[in-house]
Amino acid sequence: MYEHDVIVVGAGGAGLRAAIAAHEEGADVAIVSKLHPVRSHTGAAEGGINAALREADSWEDHAYDTMKGSDYLADAPAAETLCKDSPKETIKLEHWGMAFSRDDDGRVSQRPFGGLSFPRTTYAGAETGHQLLHTMYEQLVKRGIKVYDEWHVTRLAVSDEERPEDRTCHGIVAYDVQTGKIEGFRARNGVILATGGLGQVYDHTTNAVANTGDGVAMAYRAGVPMEDMEFIQFHPTTLPSTGVLITEGVRGEGGILYNENGERFMFEYGYANNLGELASRDVVSRAELTEVNEGRGIEDEYVHLDMRHLGEERIIDRLENIIHLSEDFEGVNPLDAPMPVKPGQHYAMGGVETDENGETCITGLYAAGECACASVHGGNRLGGNALPELIVFGKRAGHHAAGKDMETAKITTGKVGDYEEAELESPVQLGEVGIGEDVVADGGAAADAGASASGADLVQRAVEDERETIDALLEKEDGIQHAEIRERVQKSMTRNVNVFREEEALKDALRDIREARELYQDVYVGDKSRTFNTDLLQTLETRNILDIAEGITLGALARNEFRGAHWRKEYQERRDEEWLKHTLLSWNDGEPELWYKPVILEGENKTYEPKVRSY
Amino acid sequence: MSTQVPEQVEDESSAESVSPGKQKRDQKKRERAQRIQEQREAEAAEKARSEDDTYHLKVFRYDPEVPEKQEPRFDDFYVPYKQGMTVLDALMWARDHYDSSLTFRHSCRQAICGSDALFVNGSQRLGCKTQLSDLAEPVRIEPLPHADVVKDLVVDMEHFYDQMEAVEPYFQTNSLPDGELDEQRQTRENREKVKMSTRCIWCSACMSSCNIAAGDNEYLGPAAINKAYRFAMDEREGEDMKQRRLEILEQEHGVWRCQTQFSCTEVCPKDIPLTEHIQELKREAIKNNLKFW
Ligand SMILES: Cc1cc2nc3c(=O)[nH]c(=O)nc-3n(C[C@H](O)[C@H](O)[C@H](O)COP(=O)(O)OP(=O)(O)OC[C@H]3O[C@@H](n4cnc5c(N)ncnc54)[C@H](O)[C@@H]3O)c2cc1C
Ligand code: SF4
Ligand code: FES
Repeated sequence: MYEHDVIVVGAGGAGLRAAIAAHEEGADVAIVSKLHPVRSHTGAAEGGINAALREADSWEDHAYDTMKGSDYLADAPAAETLCKDSPKETIKLEHWGMAFSRDDDGRVSQRPFGGLSFPRTTYAGAETGHQLLHTMYEQLVKRGIKVYDEWHVTRLAVSDEERPEDRTCHGIVAYDVQTGKIEGFRARNGVILATGGLGQVYDHTTNAVANTGDGVAMAYRAGVPMEDMEFIQFHPTTLPSTGVLITEGVRGEGGILYNENGERFMFEYGYANNLGELASRDVVSRAELTEVNEGRGIEDEYVHLDMRHLGEERIIDRLENIIHLSEDFEGVNPLDAPMPVKPGQHYAMGGVETDENGETCITGLYAAGECACASVHGGNRLGGNALPELIVFGKRAGHHAAGKDMETAKITTGKVGDYEEAELESPVQLGEVGIGEDVVADGGAAADAGASASGADLVQRAVEDERETIDALLEKEDGIQHAEIRERVQKSMTRNVNVFREEEALKDALRDIREARELYQDVYVGDKSRTFNTDLLQTLETRNILDIAEGITLGALARNEFRGAHWRKEYQERRDEEWLKHTLLSWNDGEPELWYKPVILEGENKTYEPKVRSY
Repeated sequence: MSTQVPEQVEDESSAESVSPGKQKRDQKKRERAQRIQEQREAEAAEKARSEDDTYHLKVFRYDPEVPEKQEPRFDDFYVPYKQGMTVLDALMWARDHYDSSLTFRHSCRQAICGSDALFVNGSQRLGCKTQLSDLAEPVRIEPLPHADVVKDLVVDMEHFYDQMEAVEPYFQTNSLPDGELDEQRQTRENREKVKMSTRCIWCSACMSSCNIAAGDNEYLGPAAINKAYRFAMDEREGEDMKQRRLEILEQEHGVWRCQTQFSCTEVCPKDIPLTEHIQELKREAIKNNLKFW
């Protein structure tokens, strides 16, 4: 068994920042990551980091924009923390040498971004995330922080008190990808989850193959609720064959969307008579999908984004990287032909419920970055607000886990204070298959270790449970393979829980997920080798995808209103009187339970009164 | 150690006896010939495809633990073609539909994570950035040469990481402003100067293509030297640091090993002018009169 003060799971922007922060506090910290740090998907971010750096700008304005963008579902203490801390965290990156783009006077450049009242998006060309990730990894190397790379974390070692709020996290269990070894990692002070996005729940996403929501699912099964899972951001212009993102900049420069009949549908069918192609992400995404659904899509799948009329010179000058993206990943040269595009899953606003210090309701368990929900983004994330979240909350979680004194959080976690149980009818049974018969739910909690068990015992116990699970998967000789189950769920989610959400379709998705869960009972791993067994790892990830898909769909079914990225056919309005609250889903030992807690709109100096989100 | 240096210089000068201009022209010629060849191959592939809309992959297989795979072999996979399909897409398809044990690293699918550098039809390429339609059939997919194979297409990256980390790959400066909100300014020109060097995604294609690295295990290799370049040329680090960086690069297994063969530059998926960067560092080193340390 390995042992450290603080264990960080994941090595993207959030994980790296958390590890550096814990190290700053003098903790013995280690990162455990299924990918080598520089392979993390933070590297894919292009646009930039929002930070109020200039005299004419202020963190208050940034906070206002963030609350409005969230459609009043972000918690003000989290949003304000983000905006207050972002400037110094962004400049810290600069002091670490990050190659930001520069103005003539040598200061870092900033550009305008959708939903922002000031051009405060600080960037490094079209590769901000890549520069951020590498700069931060450099700092890790400089400090000699230990990384267990290509170690796949499979479960948390959490004590098994009845109420999650009474539990403690003592460590994790991880699988060494190269050798197949299963090991315990004891964390003396705390475990920080920084596992990133969950885009693989859908079959079309801008997220990486590794973004399977592992952290959210592991925490969920250990007792931490998933928060606001229904809020998924879709991006309207992604390439059909891979999901690679084509920046808004193309439409910003004058790119036009056409359907199969060559009609400029944004205008001709009245989706956005004023803004046309420049309407917000969700409006354009819905328009595109409507075209396809009504038979005007190309190959029944996508629409065309044409920028040829801008002329070669202008395109090369301003959008050169788009030519490469389209050629390399779609095989289309956009100087000669329009680019095929369709909406794709892009970002998860929800995730592991935390407070503004990154702590969950389980003692010693923290989360930061895209996997966490503090909540900073509420119903909709503003472009450029995710990267600052990584550095601001990654740092806070790192400090907190290392034992630094933090101000008491204003956001509560777990079932405390005035929460409310939800009433929701599901067409199928939810959660663990066979529960109530003689099946014990497979949680993170190391059951039966006894009340007197030490942290190390609990971790050991969890290791043994995991060995059993993995041995069983490898010993099974036939059955169904994960790829088939995964594909079913992904297809159903894309069909039923996309930018359009209707009650019947959502119920269909729940049925499909149930069916997939049942199939999963019979899953087996074809590859029996212990060496670099990606078949096994994907099988474990598929399990996580199932839990997360269910969480997203249940939240979407419960929330009968239209807020932020969540659109409901039957309810075309935001309903503040009923819905200024977060949806939370607790695993509850295999029988999921939905509940709500109120959103916090009271900030430090003011209350953010809900207004119409129009731009 | 220093006894090796003159030899290096000799190598260097013999390389110089062919003028850089000629090298460049030869290089261009080679590229053109290759393009024509590739075009021809692509046309042939196009023809094959119109007859049958599948692609034929020949994929290297090896697993030290599985008896049938202990002896390396090639497996054939026939993958249905879809517009825009990349080598990575084809591998994923083959894995998900034919053989779930087919193993390769990949994550981002957009040429930014650097996981899937492979040896495709005889050259180092990112699987995700290579369109099948640009390749001749059968498409031969192997792990990166000059690295230990772990399983199938997965190679051991430790050596590459060690080299990357051997050059103090982090920003070091003595002239940070005091305030936590004060910026350490940098001119646009200087940012532009280091820009290409910061694009490296650690895919190790360059290292795999380099003959020198193949013969000298301790050679830092193009990517690590480029990483050092990124800092050495950054005006914010200051002159003292630059001196120190050049000393690191001047060591026996540093810049002087490079024989300007351009193979790294040819394969780099991020178009980083690696050879140029190495040459520039050599010139800097001479300028700093460090050459005969
Ligand atoms: C194409 C694209 C463009 C974007 N552009 C912007 C932008 O311009 N501005 C902005 O603010 N935001 C942007 N975003 C959003 C932002 O980039 C992400 O939200 C953010 O980078 C996520 O960082 P992270 O550290 O939380 O996760 P990641 O960077 O995804 O890292 C996750 C880490 O967790 C590890 N991990 C996962 N599961 C396990 C496990 N089971 N065991 C061990 N390790 C595990 C992985 O190995 C990885 O190291 C963009 C996103 C995408 C996809
Ligand atoms: S320099 Fe280019 S080829 Fe070499 S590791 Fe970096 S990106 Fe890959
Ligand atoms: S999959 Fe990331 S570089 Fe190819």
